[in-house]
Amino acid sequence: MLDRMHILICGGTECKETNSLKIRDKFNTELERLNLGKDIKTILTGCFGLCALGPHVVIYPGETLYSGVKLEDVTEIVEQHIANGKPVERLLYKGDFNRKKFRNRSELTFFARQKRIALRNCGVINPLEITEYIARQGYEALGTVLKTMTPLQVIEEVKKSGLRGRGGGGFPTGVKWEFANRQISDQKYVICNADEGDPGAFMDRAVLEGDPHSVLEAMAICGYAIGANTGYIYIRAEYPVAVERLQLAIGHAEALGLLGDNIFDSGFNFKIELRLGAGAFVCGEETALIASIEGERGMPRNKPPFPAVKGLFGKPTNVNNVETFANVPVIFLKGADWFKSIGTEKSSGTKVFALGGKIANTGLLEIPMGTTLREVIYEIGGGIPNKREFKAVQTGGPSGGCITAASLDTPIDFDNLIALGSMMGSGGMIIMDEDNCMVDVARFYLEFTVDESCGKCTPCREGTKRMLDILNRICDGQGTMEDLDVLERLGNMIKDSSLCGLGQTAPNPVLSTLKHFRKEYEAHVIDKVCPAGVCKNLTTYVVTDECIGCTKCAKNCPVGAIEGTVKGKHYIHPEQCIKCGACKTACPVNAISTKPENWEGV
Amino acid sequence: MRSKVNITEEKLSELKAAMEIHKKEPGPLMPTLHAAQKIFGCIPLPIQKIISNELDVSIARINGVVTFYGHFSVEPKGKNIVSVCLGTACYVKGSQGILDAFSHDLNVKVGDTTDDGMFTLEATRCIGACGLAPIFTVNEEVFANGSVQLVKKVVQKLKS
Amino acid sequence: MKTLEELKALRKKSYEKMYMIGVTGGVRVQVGYGTCGIAAGAKPVYDTFVNEIKALNLDNVEVTQVGCMGECAFEPIVEILESNGSKTIYCLVTDRIASEIVEEHIVKGNRIDKYLLSKTKR
Repeated sequence: MLDRMHILICGGTECKETNSLKIRDKFNTELERLNLGKDIKTILTGCFGLCALGPHVVIYPGETLYSGVKLEDVTEIVEQHIANGKPVERLLYKGDFNRKKFRNRSELTFFARQKRIALRNCGVINPLEITEYIARQGYEALGTVLKTMTPLQVIEEVKKSGLRGRGGGGFPTGVKWEFANRQISDQKYVICNADEGDPGAFMDRAVLEGDPHSVLEAMAICGYAIGANTGYIYIRAEYPVAVERLQLAIGHAEALGLLGDNIFDSGFNFKIELRLGAGAFVCGEETALIASIEGERGMPRNKPPFPAVKGLFGKPTNVNNVETFANVPVIFLKGADWFKSIGTEKSSGTKVFALGGKIANTGLLEIPMGTTLREVIYEIGGGIPNKREFKAVQTGGPSGGCITAASLDTPIDFDNLIALGSMMGSGGMIIMDEDNCMVDVARFYLEFTVDESCGKCTPCREGTKRMLDILNRICDGQGTMEDLDVLERLGNMIKDSSLCGLGQTAPNPVLSTLKHFRKEYEAHVIDKVCPAGVCKNLTTYVVTDECIGCTKCAKNCPVGAIEGTVKGKHYIHPEQCIKCGACKTACPVNAISTKPENWEGV
Repeated sequence: MRSKVNITEEKLSELKAAMEIHKKEPGPLMPTLHAAQKIFGCIPLPIQKIISNELDVSIARINGVVTFYGHFSVEPKGKNIVSVCLGTACYVKGSQGILDAFSHDLNVKVGDTTDDGMFTLEATRCIGACGLAPIFTVNEEVFANGSVQLVKKVVQKLKS
Repeated sequence: MKTLEELKALRKKSYEKMYMIGVTGGVRVQVGYGTCGIAAGAKPVYDTFVNEIKALNLDNVEVTQVGCMGECAFEPIVEILESNGSKTIYCLVTDRIASEIVEEHIVKGNRIDKYLLSKTKR
């Protein structure tokens, strides 16, 4: 599929605002007209990084760069340059532009595959300066809403956009606002849930640190829609940087009259206060969060009544997550239809993921819903480092489950992930390779939930503890086959009978690993071996025939348990080995194995 | 000998000033406890009693709240605080081994303080620097890409 | 702030300042200053930029903090934006590299290829 020529059109956000989509369409029709459509491809690329002069068009071969291209210029470019090979001098980029400075295309892949809505300003603006947020159309959505829309119209727009809660549950945001709006009360509240508890996820932190005003603006819009004049941001005390920047941002917004009394001369008042969390995962659950702000232990309660009816201090309250709020201003700037056009039918928009674990490009990324896991891991994430093999991806943190290689082509959205036995969660995405023991991972998550269970309901308090006991036994080599059945039964029981989301999802990591990696559990139970070499009691390190005799392992062994000569196969003395794994990390050819003989994987 | 909590007049008046502000707001207990934790480094019973009197909340409730949240502590912490991140990203990259190494080298259980009051060893959940996993912090200083070898070095430096 | 027009006027002004519209030889140095960046050592890098640029009296250069760009494993990340429209991303920057960037890139206009994000990444 070697096309004769390529036309690259910048599809970066800022160029798009200046028409790049229409320009591409025009190129296509013009090419059709001259019968060149088959040979020449038009491609919408990521940002070229010359936004102030966009939109840009680059023609390959030759890398001719046109800037400031207008719709009416397209015909000329096609007729003169493409059909006749003569560049259009008039439109060539002229500044002191050095081609070497042009962003390298490989650098673009990480950014180009992303679509940044919630993170639109992160890494772009100075979060300490409200003017930089305003430079990027900040507070225009709030202004437009207050000046031209009724609360019901606001809610209708959010409903139309299809925005669903990004905190994990995926409940339609507009519907939630509508519930709160319908309540009649002298006082209502808006709460921003910034108690990002999933260990290994930091999307909300990035938004609050990089773009605090987007959350403040959205909370004010929500306040207007539901009829609240006070907002609280419940944020983890572990995020001191975000707390500081939010405090500063609130002060700046008040100084400009964008928060406070009579905003935009509309008669609408809205103030925002911060409340610090104190290290309790369960406070991510909205009723527990409310209890915590009220100064109680952060324990969830039965729903209904929902917070929209009886929330903070007994008043109607709307709780949304940080990322959900960060999407809201864009919906009003670009329209619900635009938002709905991104992503999949039932999950519109984008989702931010914190990619971590055994992956080359650890980091934060925002992708349109419907992107496949494979694209995220191998194209944006850069694949698994150190020549190891992919084993599983865990989404949804302690509430989610593991997804195996077989399901990597599933498009990511709320419903697909649930169908795979996991969930979207808040957006943690941890990649695991062959060196990770799935039984141990399940145990890790359960340890977390046992620790964080508030203790109010019995299934979660006692049940998760019993499950953990069993897993500890299995990891120590004391497990029986009966244990696996008990785990499954207990897990399903806890799911069905727990009070809140924490307990209802706590068994997921165990159940999903049991389902997908049963062989690994069986190796622990029957063969008393941990194939990944994580569970110390069940691990034996051996040098395989791959050994090239480089002596690195022997040099790195802290207890001198490895002997061997240069260029000769080395040997690990099992009685001396303390199973620290230093040799395995040091080996350049992956010749140290913990897998049992004849192990075929899971 | 564990280090004792230092309750001075100065610190008490700082707490009282904080309570004066928070008393006027709805839900004053959490902000007050945050202030107390910051001022004294922990919230022992005598402090809880003061807060109870001032905010007119029963001490049972205050104690319940203090012990519920991981961020608040009843006992003072050591002079040096070592926190190892046990967030998932760090865990799958081997932070449990780092925690074990600290526990062994400092001779202290996770969550405890050494008898001489020099070290507190904690496991924390994700400080949000997953790109640098596995990480640990010693008194706010962050150590990235941790390893057992790095632990040995750090402990040696701390003890000398 | 009473009207949308007021806001839009402020937007225009801020936009022009931020993107150095109408400035020749303007440079904006963006230092990634999220928790990841700070943990990886963004503070000495930021301070180096501020101090050196002050010492050299470079009026057209602005040093600013920004949030997370998402490439946490390559922090500290510094992005150089120039009024001619070019953008350069440096990664794993130290205070020493920061001085080098000021001298070579900002003063002399030579990009230092070996520190580029695109070169460092696999």
